[in-house]
Amino acid sequence: MANKSFYHFLGCIIPHRYPSVEKAVKLVFNDLGMGLLDMDGATCCPAPGVFGSFDRVTWATIAARNLTIAEAGGHPITTGCNGCFASLWDANHELKHDDELRDAVNENLAVVDREFKGTIEVWHYVDALVEIAGLSKIREKVIRPFTGVRMALHPGCHWMRPKNIKQKDDSERPHIFRELCETSGATYVPYKDELICCGAGGAVRTADVKIALEFTMQKFDSLNAAGGADMMITPCPFCELQLDMGQVEIQKYFEKEYTLDILHVVELLALAFGHEPDEFGLATHLQYMQRKTAPAWEKLGIKMEES
Amino acid sequence: MSCLITKSSIEFAYITYSRNRILRPFGNGFKDEIQAHLRSRCIILTSAEDKTAIDIDTPDDSFVQMIKKTGGPNIQNCYQCGTCSGSCPAGARTNYLVRGIIRKALLGLKEQCISAPELWYCTTCYTCTDRCPQDVKPTDVIKAIRNIAVAEGYMLEPHQKTALKVLEAGHAVPLDKESWENLREKVGLERVPPNASRYSEAIEEIKKIAKKTGFDKLIEEKKQKEE
Repeated sequence: MANKSFYHFLGCIIPHRYPSVEKAVKLVFNDLGMGLLDMDGATCCPAPGVFGSFDRVTWATIAARNLTIAEAGGHPITTGCNGCFASLWDANHELKHDDELRDAVNENLAVVDREFKGTIEVWHYVDALVEIAGLSKIREKVIRPFTGVRMALHPGCHWMRPKNIKQKDDSERPHIFRELCETSGATYVPYKDELICCGAGGAVRTADVKIALEFTMQKFDSLNAAGGADMMITPCPFCELQLDMGQVEIQKYFEKEYTLDILHVVELLALAFGHEPDEFGLATHLQYMQRKTAPAWEKLGIKMEES
Repeated sequence: MSCLITKSSIEFAYITYSRNRILRPFGNGFKDEIQAHLRSRCIILTSAEDKTAIDIDTPDDSFVQMIKKTGGPNIQNCYQCGTCSGSCPAGARTNYLVRGIIRKALLGLKEQCISAPELWYCTTCYTCTDRCPQDVKPTDVIKAIRNIAVAEGYMLEPHQKTALKVLEAGHAVPLDKESWENLREKVGLERVPPNASRYSEAIEEIKKIAKKTGFDKLIEEKKQKEE
């Protein structure tokens, strides 16, 4: 397949809190011959559960403004955040199918000399990796397989739901994300609450962080009941924040200690492709920064020079 | 806060427990156990005796029409099966009840719907939407009701602050500390990414859009109310 380039929609959490994901995806896409173009002047997606809950037309207009940046350049967008994907993909879809909303949005966009045309598509990293690069090519690139490492998954919600609109995977028995993660050679560990929400979305984390963390604890307890895992993989930095930094917050609010390494799927692949953790700063995850700890290198099967 | 456990709620729980745990012997201790359980959840519990019933003579249709226009067009498909609430991870731990909210909306109980704080416990995971046999799209209905709540001045303060951040920095989670820039440098990236953190003209555009849609006013009004 010819090289394909995407506009890289960064969003907020990846560039501002988990920059290791931004660096890792650049390594992974480059290894697979896929281009990532800067999307100059892109803003917040804006957060679908937050802005979408406040005012649908404002939400759609700000999302459409981001889409027009990519339309001007003629390349599709890719994003590694389920929330950004929900805003950009859903807004793109709704604007292409709802003339009334489209007219309202374009009337608003006119004040900044922009117009939504509906000429591009929005891809999650996961879809770009699976559909453009392909699992077999990804497997070829794996030179440091995670053999024997027990891997739990947290697919999150918005890259596959609502299923009738996204028409991508069966949200009750999803397999696409699992198959992508399994290219790393790690062993998939199922657990009962794999498919429930991390708790952060829909403006709940902002409204009541303790309730949000109860979701997170339910997931961890469910995983531990299934025998535990060496790491948990997610395709979303907001879920990653909730599951990773959430462990520090759980300790603070509930005095329960969980220590589980949480990786974004592109961080998993960067490691599997042979990149060193320091090349993208895996140890900068907020869990480690705040606890002054490091990833459990031995469990992850990664040899590190003690510094 | 005092605990209000009514006789009827205990009887109800007792019957429910009895039905669900048929293998369990019904000793006297069992009733104590239920009472303890109820006490631990007393803030969430309500019963008909605890509050005045709302008289519903003729349902008011105007709220339903408003919801349909605001993003929940399928609300009237609902036949109250409860699959939404049965699937809801927020409902499992809070008094957020999707089915109840939808039924209230269908009965025109607008104020009860938009003023309830639990309206904001939906994480928009869309599990109910994926399972709803009537394609009600409960998540979209809830978001539409939230839109109406915000338009009528019901907005939580932390949400208002998050909205303000987007208007001020272009991002809900901004690059607002030097330590975040240091983190970027540490992983080998430029200190400021090529988004609105770098381009102030992008923030200006967001402000113009918010002014056009009236979103800036929506947040301002709330600010004054809070003060």
